[in-house]
Amino acid sequence: MKMIFQKWLPPFLMFVMALWFFGNLQTPKDQDFAYSEFARLPITSNGRIVPLDSLARNSLLAIREKQTLNTEPWKGWNEHPRFIPATEWLANVMMNPAVADEWPAFRIDNPDLISLLKLPEKDAAKHSDGKHYSWNQLQPSLETFDKESKRVQNKEAASRTAYENAIVKLHDRLMVYAQLRNAVQPADVPDWPAELAAYETLIPFGVAAVSAQQAGRPYDQTNFNAFVAYIESFQFMANLEPPLILPPNGAREWRRMGAALLDAPRPNGVPIDNAVRDWAKMAGALEAKQPDGFNAALLDLRSQLVPAQAKAMAKARAEVFFNQMQPFYNAMVIYVLAGLLAIFSWFNLSETLRRSAVWLVWLAFVIHTIGLVYRMVLEGRPPVTNLYSSAIFIGWGACLLGIILERFHKNGIGLVVASGIGFLTLIIAHHLALEGDTMEMMRAVLDTNFWLATHVVAVTVGYASTFVAGFLALIYILRGFFTRTLDAATGKSLARMIYGIVCFATLFSFVGTVLGGIWADQSWGRFWGWDPKENGALIIVLWNALILHLRWGGIIRERGLVNCAIFGNVVTAWSWFGVNMLGIGLHSYGFTEAAFKWLVLFVASQLAFIALGLLPAKLWKSFRARPA
Amino acid sequence: MKQIVSFFTSLKLTVTLLAFSIVLVFVGTLAQADEGLYGAQAHYFKQWLVIGAHLFGHKVPLILPGGYLLGVLLLVNLISAHIYRFEFSRKKFGIQLAHAGVIVLLVGQLSTDMLAREMQMHFAEGETRGYSESASDYELDFVSGGQVTAIPEKLLKSGGELKIENLPFTILVRTNWHNSDLSFRAPMLSNAPPLTPNGVALDFDFHRTEDVKTTDQKNVPTVILEFLAPAGSLGAWVASDWTGDAALVEAVQNNYSPMGAGMAQNIVGRLVAPQAIHADGKTFTFTVRPARVRHSFTLTLLKATHTTYPGTDIPKDFRSRVRIDNPQTGEQREVEISMNHPLRYGGYTYYQYQMDAGQAAQAAGRKPTSVLSVVRNPGWLTPYVGCAMVGAGLMIQFLYHLAGFVSKRKTK
Repeated sequence: MKMIFQKWLPPFLMFVMALWFFGNLQTPKDQDFAYSEFARLPITSNGRIVPLDSLARNSLLAIREKQTLNTEPWKGWNEHPRFIPATEWLANVMMNPAVADEWPAFRIDNPDLISLLKLPEKDAAKHSDGKHYSWNQLQPSLETFDKESKRVQNKEAASRTAYENAIVKLHDRLMVYAQLRNAVQPADVPDWPAELAAYETLIPFGVAAVSAQQAGRPYDQTNFNAFVAYIESFQFMANLEPPLILPPNGAREWRRMGAALLDAPRPNGVPIDNAVRDWAKMAGALEAKQPDGFNAALLDLRSQLVPAQAKAMAKARAEVFFNQMQPFYNAMVIYVLAGLLAIFSWFNLSETLRRSAVWLVWLAFVIHTIGLVYRMVLEGRPPVTNLYSSAIFIGWGACLLGIILERFHKNGIGLVVASGIGFLTLIIAHHLALEGDTMEMMRAVLDTNFWLATHVVAVTVGYASTFVAGFLALIYILRGFFTRTLDAATGKSLARMIYGIVCFATLFSFVGTVLGGIWADQSWGRFWGWDPKENGALIIVLWNALILHLRWGGIIRERGLVNCAIFGNVVTAWSWFGVNMLGIGLHSYGFTEAAFKWLVLFVASQLAFIALGLLPAKLWKSFRARPA
Repeated sequence: MKQIVSFFTSLKLTVTLLAFSIVLVFVGTLAQADEGLYGAQAHYFKQWLVIGAHLFGHKVPLILPGGYLLGVLLLVNLISAHIYRFEFSRKKFGIQLAHAGVIVLLVGQLSTDMLAREMQMHFAEGETRGYSESASDYELDFVSGGQVTAIPEKLLKSGGELKIENLPFTILVRTNWHNSDLSFRAPMLSNAPPLTPNGVALDFDFHRTEDVKTTDQKNVPTVILEFLAPAGSLGAWVASDWTGDAALVEAVQNNYSPMGAGMAQNIVGRLVAPQAIHADGKTFTFTVRPARVRHSFTLTLLKATHTTYPGTDIPKDFRSRVRIDNPQTGEQREVEISMNHPLRYGGYTYYQYQMDAGQAAQAAGRKPTSVLSVVRNPGWLTPYVGCAMVGAGLMIQFLYHLAGFVSKRKTK
């Protein structure tokens, strides 16, 4: 009986987790409004074709830092607050703002900002959780906010306080929301279909009135005024630069609704087409709570995309599937579980637990890989294109190295490395995703798959392997100092692993760094420019080379190697994130102040570990336990 | 002797040099926030000894070996260790190859530093250029009847005196400002006397400013000169890159355009009015401008395209279509230069650098222009060779160890 249990528990555990993962793939059924079909509609946003689902999730992430909306955040989880999916929220912001403007979608954390805007504190009776507020709640204080916002925008980003950063953040969030509110219709117009029809009828008379007025002839004042009012409101819509929701028509590429409405009266403009009317019908039906009308208009809009936009539709469909799959989130959960099992296996030395962890790490790795490859196919790019995807890829590479180590050593160490770094990097990726679209288009100079696939991948593998060496060193210190589990053989095998991985890291970080120089030579004619990102990569190479030479010269031994490898974590984190915070050079991208805080904490923690590692052997539990 | 050899071949020296390199690169990176990229390059990397640093807005007293010193010492260490310890064995081959690759890289970088020249070619659609302009060096040009005499700006030392063969006068350099600004001397408002009583100084005041710190800005030198002909002084004059560089002239025009297009045109007209002196029966016009290198062929910009992703300002592509005319070889062909696709021709490489085209230029009514970065670097191949050698060397070594590791486990 025990044998059977030991044999079948590991695959069984994996099977349960796999079932859980596939269970999440099911699309929730639409009750009345066909929101899940709406989610798959392709539009153009941020320079690329996306499904509305991605627009909804990215916008809600930007505004609320979550992919769903809790409409009753003041309720505890046991009181069952009502959650609505991102797409339903988006549909209402775009086409039924009267309802959406009441939802507490804006997250505001800064207490000074909350009091500036005279927003309610946490109070369930007043329906406030002290963190999430609605568009309508923000309106009364908008004038005060604008004044502060103008002042802060003129200030250099580096010298802003936390409160001022919160102002900038809220300003950006309000912009995102305002864009969505004006993507389909002028935000404050009730009964948009009727209004659109009125505008269409007015066009010939309005044009006549305006041209007569310009020629100095008598004209119809009523028509003139009404027409000018329309034009002004459409101009306002277009100037906000919302997403391009109208598919190409004739000579026109993807268009904004505002631009299309302004285009219609022009002499060679494209008249108002069915796509514009379908969007209006959807808006009208949503406002009047008529699911049938909404679904029919949506169906009509979709039928117009076939066949010209069949490719865009297929891509949008695939991206929605990817969004629902959430492979990185699911992999993260499984990594945690696997890592815990592997750590427990060290204490009671249970082979069953270790084998269970092996199966789970494999499952997480497979899901991680599926996500990585799916992203690459969606984007048509190599794995690393921005900071977000570098986190995903570092996790993936480290996990692969951990699995390989475990195959050779079978002592749970590789598993802890795989699940530990896998988990941490996916957490980092999750927070980086708050910055906006993670599949944004590549700027002209980066638009080369060859160099992204060689230089960037090699450098990122270098990062991943340096982190693996550092993580192994952390395990050495934690187990050696705090537990008795680090016997001489385990210590030696850890040191050998670290040494091997440092060799591997040297190879990849060197080749990657030099390839970066060659790319720079190809694209702007200089091999090396001492740019911060280049220097960061160079420091990793030099540090790894230094460790190897120290080891060869016998200047450091087992514990010296361990301490040096931990400092490799500091060096790599600096190159990965720190140099972006200098705000200079060709490679610097935006970063959040939170990232800076975490970087400082990380560096401090690593230095603390090195300090532990330097303590004399008699203070180490494992060394005391060893026979002299 | 033996001691010297063992010092230069020792691993301890390698380790020390690597450690210093890490410190230097780190300090030199942090300092960029205060000193700018160019400043930090000159202060830390293109330097033998670093004295003092600027970190986090403070001056920090420290002494470090500079980039040149570390590079040369590493090179000596590597080469001597290579010669001294070289033995041909399968076990060591990968490591030897990798280190030889590092030598190639270091030598290549030092030679690039000394031999490479960086220039620019700036043209609007339809224009033809037979020369490139330096991005950082300037020259004082005298033109007389089609003959050009160019004096590098570096030779114009404040208080110096120059006698050039082709010029029938002596040049006295009163001052040389490495970077300068100018302002228009509005009639009635400017009461202070002009810098010099001749030429452009009557309409403009020039003053000294601090040197630029970042790569996307340029210094604009201005010199005050006096010419001494055998017959007597030809007067004191101001010569400035502000008058000789088309991009700067345009910037001045844009700056004064709020006063009205006609007014701005008038001001710029005074700025670019040629300054001339007469000596020995000849007329010499002169100006300071970016140093030029003449090519034996010409490039003509046919079309500059700047595309963005739909509905955004994110640049998608910069592309210059250019015609090469080479009278020596009879070549006349069109090529396209874009990001990551440079043109290598006649010993020079032309890279797409900046562009003013697309909707923004169209809206402002400007002619599409393109700036190519022009580089002559005889050592451009060394990184490719060095990288291949190190990569292959480390790979061989790694596989050798891995094979050993795996077979050892199998026999266990």
